[in-house]
Parts: sequence; structure tokens; C-alpha cells
Amino acid sequence: MTDAYVYDAIRTPRGRGKPSGALHGIKPVSLVVGLIDEIRRRFPGLDPADIEDVVLGVVSPIGEQGADIAKTAALAARLPDTVAGVQLNRFCGSGLEAVNVAAQKIRSGWEDLVLAGGVESMSRVAMGSDGGAWALDPETNLATGFVPQGISADLIATLNGYTRETVDRYALCSQERAAAAIAAGHFARSVVPVHDRNGLPVLDHDEHPRPGSTLEGLGALPACFAAVGDRGGFDAVALQKYHWVERIDHVHTAGNSSGIVDGAALVLVGSAAAGHRAGMTPRARIVAAALSGADSTIMLTGPVPAARKALAKAGLTVDDLDLVEMNEAFAAAVLNFTDDLKVDPEIVNVNGGAIALGHPLGATGAMLLGTIVDELERRQGRYGLVTLCIGGGMGVATVVERL
Amino acid sequence: MTETIRYERGADGVVTLVLDDPSRGANTMNDAYIAGMAAVVGRLEAERDDITGVIVTSAKKSWFAGGDLDSLRAVEPGQETLALERATAVKEQFRRLERLGRPVVAAINGAALGGGYELALACHHRIAVPRAEVGLPEVTLGLLPAGGGVTRTVRLLGLTTALTEVLLKGKRHRAAKALELGLVDELVETPEQLIAAARAWIAAHPEAAQPWDAEGYRIPGGIPYAQLPAFPATLRKQLKGAPYPAPRNILAAAVEGAQVDIDTAFTIESRYFIELVRGPIAKNMIKAFFFDLNEVNARDVGDTPPIGTVAVLGAGMMGAAIAYVCARAGLPVVLRDVTREAAERGKAYAEKLGASKDLLDLITPTGEARDLAGAGLVIEAVFEDPALKHKVFAEIEDVVSPGALLCSNTSTLPITLLAEGVRRPSDFIGLHFFSPVDRMPLVEVIRGEKTSEETLRRALAVVRALRKTPIVVGDSRGFFTSRVIGTFTNEGMAMLAEGVPPATIEQASTQAGYPAPVLALMDELTLTLPRRISRENRAAAGDAWVPHPADAVLERMIDDFGRPGRSSGAGFYEYEEGRRVRLWPGLSAFSGTAPENPSAEIPFADVQERMLFIEAIESVRCLEEGVLLSVPEANVGSILGIGYPGWTGGVLQYINQYPGGPAGFAERARELAGRYGERFTPPALLLTKAAEGALFL
Repeated sequence: MTDAYVYDAIRTPRGRGKPSGALHGIKPVSLVVGLIDEIRRRFPGLDPADIEDVVLGVVSPIGEQGADIAKTAALAARLPDTVAGVQLNRFCGSGLEAVNVAAQKIRSGWEDLVLAGGVESMSRVAMGSDGGAWALDPETNLATGFVPQGISADLIATLNGYTRETVDRYALCSQERAAAAIAAGHFARSVVPVHDRNGLPVLDHDEHPRPGSTLEGLGALPACFAAVGDRGGFDAVALQKYHWVERIDHVHTAGNSSGIVDGAALVLVGSAAAGHRAGMTPRARIVAAALSGADSTIMLTGPVPAARKALAKAGLTVDDLDLVEMNEAFAAAVLNFTDDLKVDPEIVNVNGGAIALGHPLGATGAMLLGTIVDELERRQGRYGLVTLCIGGGMGVATVVERL
Repeated sequence: MTETIRYERGADGVVTLVLDDPSRGANTMNDAYIAGMAAVVGRLEAERDDITGVIVTSAKKSWFAGGDLDSLRAVEPGQETLALERATAVKEQFRRLERLGRPVVAAINGAALGGGYELALACHHRIAVPRAEVGLPEVTLGLLPAGGGVTRTVRLLGLTTALTEVLLKGKRHRAAKALELGLVDELVETPEQLIAAARAWIAAHPEAAQPWDAEGYRIPGGIPYAQLPAFPATLRKQLKGAPYPAPRNILAAAVEGAQVDIDTAFTIESRYFIELVRGPIAKNMIKAFFFDLNEVNARDVGDTPPIGTVAVLGAGMMGAAIAYVCARAGLPVVLRDVTREAAERGKAYAEKLGASKDLLDLITPTGEARDLAGAGLVIEAVFEDPALKHKVFAEIEDVVSPGALLCSNTSTLPITLLAEGVRRPSDFIGLHFFSPVDRMPLVEVIRGEKTSEETLRRALAVVRALRKTPIVVGDSRGFFTSRVIGTFTNEGMAMLAEGVPPATIEQASTQAGYPAPVLALMDELTLTLPRRISRENRAAAGDAWVPHPADAVLERMIDDFGRPGRSSGAGFYEYEEGRRVRLWPGLSAFSGTAPENPSAEIPFADVQERMLFIEAIESVRCLEEGVLLSVPEANVGSILGIGYPGWTGGVLQYINQYPGGPAGFAERARELAGRYGERFTPPALLLTKAAEGALFL
């Protein structure tokens, strides 16, 4: 079987996902085009006609993120007409799913070189604006016990006994690790500054971290999901299913949940032959990938079975891992993952995560893949695992090996 | 076929359609109506050029009573096509009426409910008199309004208002409130003014059409996408997870229908309706809340003497509330307690409920027996102690009218025993009210050994005068209601002792459909009362006593933990400033170390069914022993009196409708007996029904 290699993994900086954020004035398609241009700059020997497909994850694929933004970006970036594009949506796992799909294309031998990644301008296309039967169709909503993810995160915290202080401590750790990583230049290779149409700089660093965070400051933030849980009825939905719990302890806040940001990421995935032709050196091999799922109401525990499945396919165990990136959707989701899978927290999210840096939904998985490859190189580690919790209870996981 | 709708054409070209089903006291949506409507709509279309407008009115006291429940409850699985054709026929007639091209006015001179209000919705303008009442109560019978009621209220009022004010709770609205909500358009003072107002509106609106048939029509408020995900969650919260399919289908039909054209919306509405009408829960609810309830309320009591003045003995919570409901029914009441001050406090309860001055004037508080002179009805509501009850009756027996009806509001003590304290045991009877008396509709009437037929009839007349529903039961410890609810609360406590997490027990009870979680209910009732009853029962049973696992829980809660219930500020729950805040963490003493997900040990379905089953089984025993005299009384009494879930149709209908009928129920009961104790063993009467393939009817 043909192996799938990562030749590079780049991303935009993450802009605060609100009108005051630096990237609010940049269209999502432009974010992608900027990254495609950068790939071409980095690999002058790469014939763009060798790129067979652009696979992009987008979670709210409507409006200016709709209508197959992947092919649209390929056209806008003036890639040859033969370069196809497909947009996919696996909710928060979309960016990693795009990478996995690219790897499947390569490993099947049906394609040789694919750009995979994702984009989400959360400040421009609001989360949830694409509707969907799960939330909006009463019959489906009732049958599946739909709740917003924050309720699920608070349910996990309640079941596992994570107190407000526990989750805030985790959030503080994310901020501290991100600040240290930024100061040490750990993102220098992957982050591609965004420029305006005149070449003037728009943003060259992640905008979301709050490096001066304190436990006191985090502790003063209001719980985000208490009101919707009570008045919206969602606590009742969760408790009717998790009937041995008397009430949900609402511990998640804006400070210990992932940040709303704008951003895009691209990973160049190809076969050894394609790399050779373009004069590129592979950085990592995609060893295995897996999907799994958990109950859709608790929703955010899917990474555990997904990681187990991916490791089993790779013939590895947790002990073989040098690094793990588990998306910091909510502090409790990460804590549950490390507790349940029994991973050493010291190798998980070592450069911080979405709590500090933000979670541009469709792009995050591809960003995490780049983060782990960079860090494996820095540490001269071998195996890394990237995983994300996903709406509907799904989990996606990918095992990579540094070369 | 007889004519159900008269067609009267006036000189001004206005046709008046008079709803007047000659075979019934009220107009309903039966076959005769459908045929009648087909005829008049056809004629209206044929004579359209000579018609200036249409007025729909009724010759009955009520305008139009709604669906025909006999035919609705006869729909079985396999008859979906027939049901769809019927629903479609009704809707098509309405649609043709509203698209006649002439103004159509509903002149609503009485209640327009269900199908009746749906007819009004198909008119262009609705005028009502103040006494009229409108609404779509279908949900209360497990149905949805399928004559266009869901579709048109959504288009008239918007999704949120239609769902919350009309559809999901089936609220009936008085004319003034209906006007405010937009359910009717105009009010007139008298029925006579209705027709004139309707003619005036027709004259002023020759081009009338429905708003939803106009160009550019938009549903008021549009589709509230941002709030929509919370609609189902809010519904689940309100229903506490109880298995009522009708609100779910109403919500779904409303939301789905709002996203398509009106004719497609009608089809969606019919599909959700047919799913309900062919299913068991609508049948259960129609039986309990209409047929059984009517049968129980319709009991002939013959002629009885006037009630006269009521003497209420004991001005505690029950006595005070009984005094209030008697006064509310217009009866003069003398409320007696040991002191006038205590009696005054009892009267204050009526004030707290907002009683008018006229009503308050009917209640005379006193500490003196002599003030009860001449009373024709005595209702005793003192502490549950036979000696005390004997004493208070002895004090007044010679004071009240010589033929006074003597009633005790005991909830558990044998009436025959209490009757030993009076010289006229044949005039003595139990009248068991439920708390809160002003809201609970049931009264359990208990015949003692010596209670006469005449006394029973008089007692039933009293219950009717109080506008409550009576069930007549035989004399045994706890009668029917207290005895059966005791099995429910005991089962809840037994599961606590078995290690089922308390939160699971509470969720299981509300998700089974009980109005209150079982441990919370215990706290309300106080734990000391059931312990006393249990001890009395044990003493009475002697060697035949079968211990119950709940007994130890009661003893420990009271004696070891000092937590006898809400009134003491500590029970299964913790209370802060009188508010229930959380389950007492010390309950883990009963459950030991609960596993993370205990459902692996005792399935959640078992936790629910143990409560539903034990009450049903005990009710069968009551029927066997003659404590219960009829199935309708068992069903109605269990729902109205002790909170047996309404979706079941009552405690015996639950057995009928259980998958497999009584045989399926008996089989499951045996399974539960094997797992959880002999008390689930099916009684002989149940086995007979199961063997015969018969139902409890």
C-alpha cells in the first residue's frame, strides 16, 4: 500500500471571532487563497497541476463559506482547471477529517497529491447558522436528546466530579502553555501572516490568548450554560437520560471553553512519488486514522473510542505516544479524555490549545496536525495522536509518525 | 341522513348555516356532520353568485363541541387510510369554505372547542359572546387538532403563541382572553347582537379572504430559528420526560407545517394525527378523561334532602380547605376547632385563597359545639386517631340536626370502626378529600358496614354539590386510594434500599408520568404517617404480616436520621427556607457505594414499571376484595386522586393496554416477582382475565 506523507502543514493566525477581530474584514475564501499561495512559494518545484484535489472542512458551509468553498478557493488561487475541490463537514472534526480523507486517497493509490485543511470565519458566518434537523426538527431533536455542547461538557464535569476550580486550572494551564509556545516561537513555522490586497500586514500572530490570565480572573467569569440549561430545558433533557445525576454543575465559562476565532489551515498530503517529483521531503507519515462515537447527549467523549481504534489500527498503545493533541473544545472534554485513556497530561496539548488559541471549527483539526508535527520535530519524538470531540458524539483520531 | 346543518338564505343574500344536530344535545364532528357539511358547502358554491356572505352559528347551547370521540377511539392500526380520508374530507370542506370568495363569519354563541373551533378558524372573522369559550383541547385526550387547527393557529398567531397559548396545553380561553390573543376578532354582548354584527362585517368586507391566501403572506414572527432548538427541550422539561406523544406530534406538525405551503401543512398535520389516533395512549386518555369520567359523574343519586348548614370539625389544613370548598359551593359552614382562635386560623385559609367577602361570610368559625346546632351535614377532619374522632362526634351528635349526614374525612381508618362512636352508624360514611382540597377534583366515598343506601346517595349528592367527582369504595384499611398510593411510595423506598440511586428513582417516577417524584412526595406526606399506618397494619395482620423492604427505610429515616419530611425541614431532601434544594447526600447510607451507571443492575425500565405495576396489582386486589366496585372508578380515582399517570388511562386500563394485554401484563408481573419480590405475583382475578383474554372494563 502507498504511504501517505505530510509534506507541510500551515495555518493562518487565529483572529478573534468578532467584529473587532483582525480577520473579520478578510473573506474566508481569501484566507484559503493566502495559504495556497504560501504552499506554492514554499515548494517552487511543485507543479500545481499535480495537485488533484483540495479537501476543506467547513462547519457552517453557507453564505460565503457555502457552495463548495474548496473548488472556489482553487479557482480564486488560479490553480489549474484540473484541480478539483470538495468541502466536507464532520462538525468540529472537519479539518482532521479532510486530512484523513486526503490520506485515504493517497493510500488507495487513486490520487497522489492533495491539499487538505479547513476554514471557518466564525465572525462572519455564525456558528449554527446552517440550521440542520438535529437541532431544528422537533421530532429529530426529541428522539436524539439534543443539547448544546456546553451542556454536554458540564454533564461530563458533573459525572467525573470536575469542579469549577479543576476546569479553570486546566484553562490556566492552556493559557500558560500557549504563552510559552508563542514566546519561544513554536508556531513560527506553521503560521502564515495574513496580508490585505495591497500587501499590507493584517495579522501575523494568534489574537485570542490572554497570557496574563489568573485563576482568580477565570473564577470570576459567569457559567455560560446555566441559563440555557435551566430556561431552555436542556438540563432536563440531559438529566432524563443520565437519570442517576440529580443536577448539572455548570462549570464551563468563556474562559475554560474554546475560543471563537477566524482562521484557515492547509496540509499538503502526498505519496512518496509525488514528493519526489516536486523535490519535497516528507515530514511525517500518517499511520492510521479512525472514527468512532459516544452517546450524542454527553457528546464529547467520542475521542476515547476513536483514539483506541486508531491506535489499534496502528498497532500501537498509549505508551508509544510521545505527544497528543486533543482539541480543547471544553476543559472537561480534555480532562475526561486523559483520565479515561490514561494518558500522561504532560504530553497532551503541550503548546496550549483552543482554550487559549481558539477553535476555528472547520480548520482546527488540520491546525492540530501541524502543531503536533512541529512539536514532534522539536522534541525528536516519534508518534503523535491528534483527536477531536465532535457534534453528535463522534470522535476522530489520527496517528502520525515523525520521519 | 338527518340534516345537521340548516341552510337559511336571507333576502340580503346572506346565508346562515345553523349547526343543529337533531340526534344530539351538542354538535360533534360525526358522520352526519361530515355529510351535512358536504351538502352545504356544495350548495354555497353552486349558489355563490347569489350569495353575499355566510354566517355560521349554532342552535345549541354550545356552538360546536368538537370531535366525535366514539369514532375517534375506534380507529385501530390498519385503518390509517380510512382515518386519513376522513381527516382529509373535513379539511377539504373547511378549505372550500374559506376559499368560497364570499365573507364567512363565525357567530360563536357558546363553547367552540376542538373541531368546533377549527370550523371557526376556517371562517374569515370570528365574533363571540362573553360566555363563549374557545380552544383546542385535543392534547388533553392524547390527540392533535387535525381539522386544520395546528396549521391555521400557527398561521394566525405565529408558532410560539399558537404552541404555548393554544396547542400544547389545550387551554380553553374565555371570550375576552381569546380576543386579546387574537383567537376571536370581535365581542358582542348578547347572542342577538351576534347576527347583526356578522351581517355588518359581511357588508363591510365583501372581498374577505384568509390572510394565508393573500399574496406575500408571512407567518407572524416567521420561524424563530434561534429559539427553535430549545422548543423540544422545553417540552421535555415540562412533561418531565413522561411518555405523552400528542405534544410531541403537535410541536412537530406545527414546526414542519410552518415551512411548507398550507395544503402540504394540512397533510403533515393529518399524518401526525393518525399516528396518535391509532395508538394506545389516545385511547387510554379518551377512555379515562371522557368515557370513564362521564360514567362516574353520571351516577344517579335520585332525590335527596337539601344539605343545609355544614359543620366542619377540625380547622387544620384539611378542615379549613373543606370549609372553603363548601362555602365556594354556596353552603353555609360552621368551622369548629377546640378554640375560636384555632377556627379563625382555619377560616384565614379561605382568605389566603382569595375568597370574596360573600364567600367568607358563609364561614363561621367557632370553638363551641352549640354553634353547630341544626347542621345537616357534618364533616370531621381532626387528627387520625379513632378515640379523638369518637370524642368529637360524641360532642356534636346531639347538637346537629337529628338526621344530619355524618362524614369522616379519614384517609385510612376503617369507617366501620369510626361509626361505632355514633348512635346512628347507618348515617355515617367516609368522605375522603384530597389535598389541596380546593384543586383536587376527587372525593373517595367509603361505605362502612352499616352505612345505608340513603346515606350513600346523600353523600354523593354532597360531592356533586361541591362539583367534585366521587368514587364509591368499600371499607378496608386505606380504602382504595391510600392503600394503592402506599404501594407506590413503598416501592420507591424499597428501591432506595436496594441501591438504586435516589436521583434515578425520582427520574423514573416522573418519566413514568407521575406528577411528583416518589421520594419528594414522601417528604410532602411526611414519613411518620405511613410508618404509623404500617405499624397499625402490622398489628392488625398479626401472623399474616408480610414485611416490606420499605419499612426499614422509614424507621431509619425517622429514628436514626431524624428526617421525617418536609414539614420538619428534613426528609429525603434537604430544605432551605422551606424550599426543596437537593436530595439528602446521606441517602447513600441506604445505597452503599453506587456504581457509576447502575442501570446495568436494575434496568431503568424496571424502576419505572415497578411503580406502575405495584399500584395496578394492588388495584386488582382491591377489585377482588370488593373494595373497588367498578373499573371506571378505579381508573378515574387513580388519576384524579393519587397521581397515577394520565397517559395510562388509569390503574386498570394500564393493564388492558400493556403490550399483550392482561396476559402480557401478568407475564411481566411474574418476571418482576422473580426479580424483586413476591408482591408482584399476579392476583387470581388478573390471571382469570389473562386466561380468558378479557379486559378490565
